[in-house]
Amino acid sequence: MVPLSYYLVLSGILFACGVTGFLIKRNIITIFMSIELMLNGVNLSFVAFAAQWHSLAGQVFVFFVMVVAAAEAAVGLAIIISVYRSRETLNVDQVNLLKL
Amino acid sequence: MTPNLNLWLIPILPLAGAAINGFFGKKSSRKAVSIVALVFSGAAFAWALTAVLRYLPSDVPYQEFLVHWIRSGNFSVDFAFYLDRLSVVMLLVVTGVGFLIHIYSVGYMWEDPSFYRFFSYLNLFLFFMLTLILANNYLLMFIGWEGVGLASYLLIGFWFTKDSAASAGKKAFIVNRIGDFGFLIGLFLVIQNFHSLNFTQVFDQVRPLGVEGSGAGLLTAIGILLMVGACGKSAQIPLYVWLPDAMEGPTPVSALIHAATMVTAGVYMVSRSHVIFERAPIALTVVAVIGTLTAFFAATIGITQTDIKKVLAYSTVSQLGYMFMACGAGAFSAGIFHLMTHAFFKGLLFLGAGSVIHSVGGEQDMRKMGGLKTYIPTTFATMLIATLAIAGIPPLAGFWSKDEILWKAYQANPVYWVIGAITAFITSFYMFRLLFMTFWGDYKGISVDDHGQAHATPGHGDHGHGEPHESPMVMLAPLMILAFLSLVGGFVGIHNGFEHFLDPVFGSEFPKAVTEGNGNTEWLLMGISVLFAFAGLILAYVLYVSKPYLPEKIADSLGSFYDAVLNKYYVDEIYAAVFVKPLVDGSKQVLWQGVDRKVIDDSINNAAHGAQHVSDEVRHMQSGNLRSYAGWIAAGAAIVIAYMTWLGVGR
Repeated sequence: MVPLSYYLVLSGILFACGVTGFLIKRNIITIFMSIELMLNGVNLSFVAFAAQWHSLAGQVFVFFVMVVAAAEAAVGLAIIISVYRSRETLNVDQVNLLKL
Repeated sequence: MTPNLNLWLIPILPLAGAAINGFFGKKSSRKAVSIVALVFSGAAFAWALTAVLRYLPSDVPYQEFLVHWIRSGNFSVDFAFYLDRLSVVMLLVVTGVGFLIHIYSVGYMWEDPSFYRFFSYLNLFLFFMLTLILANNYLLMFIGWEGVGLASYLLIGFWFTKDSAASAGKKAFIVNRIGDFGFLIGLFLVIQNFHSLNFTQVFDQVRPLGVEGSGAGLLTAIGILLMVGACGKSAQIPLYVWLPDAMEGPTPVSALIHAATMVTAGVYMVSRSHVIFERAPIALTVVAVIGTLTAFFAATIGITQTDIKKVLAYSTVSQLGYMFMACGAGAFSAGIFHLMTHAFFKGLLFLGAGSVIHSVGGEQDMRKMGGLKTYIPTTFATMLIATLAIAGIPPLAGFWSKDEILWKAYQANPVYWVIGAITAFITSFYMFRLLFMTFWGDYKGISVDDHGQAHATPGHGDHGHGEPHESPMVMLAPLMILAFLSLVGGFVGIHNGFEHFLDPVFGSEFPKAVTEGNGNTEWLLMGISVLFAFAGLILAYVLYVSKPYLPEKIADSLGSFYDAVLNKYYVDEIYAAVFVKPLVDGSKQVLWQGVDRKVIDDSINNAAHGAQHVSDEVRHMQSGNLRSYAGWIAAGAAIVIAYMTWLGVGR
């Protein structure tokens, strides 16, 4: 059996990749994918703990997270499309109309 | 057991009248307003009379519980009324004289544009005064006490467009607050030590305490504090200064509130608390000394005044001093007796003065009157009776009550008697001076047509008349009734009848030091005071009728002393310099410029400026740049995780 720590390290790496992508990328779609990466990193740790402790709670949480992520993807992609239509760009640094 | 008297109706009736006139009076006719005012005050009098007649042979206090007010632990205050023989006297005097003055006011105020407002206030005053009298506990009494102060303020400043009237109202209100402060502290002491404000409960606890016992200091403190309150309301030294100024109000107000009823509330309160005072000899002495000094001091000022109402005002202060002298001598019934007769003759004097002022078109300076007895004979006759009564000429009302006071004062301490008798002489002198200056000699008034501009007393400007004219019957009738009462009102005091009437309230519990003294001494003292009264009369006659050039000479020869008396011993100026000016300056310099602007305003302004500066810096964080927000979140999360690791949450 693979030890728990392996899963957690992988989960941490995934999450860190997500954070890094989120911080350094300018393309909205990439940022969006980074968020998904973070969510799945967390999901991985949830299922790892669930398997370790033989508890269903972690798996139930994962379902919730997936539902939220799906909803977020629907809404987020819609927003991205409308932003692209009006601004003709996907660079977040140029989406700054609210700036002082 | 007395039947249910429904005492609550007595104060409620005038309140209803006040409400009706206050809310609807503006649109009603004068006739409707006066009918409402008269019906409700008259009904209060009628109901008071009925209640008293049904109560009377009894000497057991009657209590009427209406509704709980305050319940807190074992302390409770109720809306409840109390009737004993003391409140019977006050009740009849207030409603009776009050009703008469209402009638009189209909004539006096007829042409005033704010007719309805006047009667609304006047009825409101009656409501509070009756609450004060009928209360069965100190707190309800205090409501009435403050309420009459309010009514007094409103009525003194009735012609509020006149600056002097507005400030006189404020002065009365503020000076009264000083007294009320003492009253309140006294009540707090009562609550703290007796856990009740109910008269019966407090006095039942006070009675076992002796003069020498452990409670002596406490009772003395309570007594003196209550007396401070009485000083404010009843215009005694050192708080008397508001009463002469209160004459800015309409004359019926001066008669009702500032002579007959409200100013006697202090005497009533002291008498009501007689159980406390009788066990606090020092407090009693304070009462007597204040009363005696005030009586003498105010009388001397009265000599020099030329405004007819001011003379009467100082006379009122002086007579109230007599009442306190009596209370201080332990002769509460004599004080109440004088309160009653004083309500008759002083009310009459003020109403008469109002009639005089009315007849000469608003003039109040006696030097511009004179010779009026042929023009206004009825007013003259009633004023003459009142003057004889206040001067103490037998057998009129004032003689009996003043003589009673002087006799009791003599028993307490002959010094009181000496000052009191001299004051009686001065009283007689200044009252006959008023009478002679007003009614004898030649009419010295300006031709009465132009008074409208000269003295803007509303209500007199618009009916021009060539010479002084008698007042209408609606004003004369109350004068006649009061004159009758001033004539015969004293007879209830024969054979100490009045004292025995009040025995169930005052006499039963404390053995009088000297019950029935030496009969000869009493006759001698009575003779001396009557002699003094006649001496005052004769002196006034000599100075103001037969040799009218003399007063000026005497005044000149007295020089600066006369000036001091003429200027009321500069008391107002001294108060202004010692109390008012430091207060005003302190408020301006320290409280306004210092505390208000420098501390309160600046601290708020600085806080606002500080917030502005901080946010000016902080707003750069909100750049609108999505990735910088994400950076902040990541940094924050990193800090939280670092902190939790440091705490060792994971372990």
